[in-house]
Amino acid sequence: MSKLDNAFGMHEAALKLRAQRMEVLASNLANADTPGYKARDIEFKSVLSSYQSGSTVASKGLKTTHERHLGGNPAALGATTLYRTPLQPSIDGNTVDAHVEKGKFMENALQYQATVSFIDSRIKSLRKALGGN
Amino acid sequence: MSMFKVFDVAGSALSAQSLRLNVTASNMANANSVSSSTEETYRARQPIFAAMLKEQFSGQQGSSVGVQVKGIVESQAPLQQQYNPDHPMANEEGYIFLPNVNVVDEMANMISASRSYQSNVEVINTAKQLMMRTLTMGQ
Repeated sequence: MSKLDNAFGMHEAALKLRAQRMEVLASNLANADTPGYKARDIEFKSVLSSYQSGSTVASKGLKTTHERHLGGNPAALGATTLYRTPLQPSIDGNTVDAHVEKGKFMENALQYQATVSFIDSRIKSLRKALGGN
Repeated sequence: MSMFKVFDVAGSALSAQSLRLNVTASNMANANSVSSSTEETYRARQPIFAAMLKEQFSGQQGSSVGVQVKGIVESQAPLQQQYNPDHPMANEEGYIFLPNVNVVDEMANMISASRSYQSNVEVINTAKQLMMRTLTMGQ
């Protein structure tokens, strides 16, 4: 049973992260003309290391030692968004570079599709193992 | 499902950019609207964009920020005054007033708005494709 729980391994967490990163990048593109808006992104490295160390805040939430403690919002704590270092900051304080954001968005979309196909093939092999056709 | 927010964010950007296109169109249309006093003359308008940070604090994810239009301001640049006593709109001294619309600025604004619109449409299309792909997972 526990094997089935982890059937998709880290791809499950990766899919969540890709969806969240897509949201952040979409916000950057939407605010490409907003004065004072600072472009943001999710740092993959920190999310990966927190996953590998097993302390995935994203899945468990905050640790509670008293019944009146708050668990916190797990989704908001999962990935930290950082501000991007601007290449060509504009005079109105906006640091969105539409081309960079578009590139990152497409990259993220491809990585999302890759993750989906990994899960897809895992489902296929599980079905094969179960004897269904 | 957090991915639905992508549609909200990109949709808010689409409406903001289309409003900007509308404003640019009215500026261009009135570039030659002559009048006989400074008060009646058309002035160039510009929308003010602002990030929807409220959503960020009340929302669960804290990563999606849409765009809103704070308002539309009129340019305070000086109007063009022209001496043309034969013009039917000329005042007693023979002057007519032309709007402070800079057509070259407006053209650049229009191109910028349409490019931003296009990239947001692309975002929506990509998000839709990914969601469809997710829905057909394992089939």
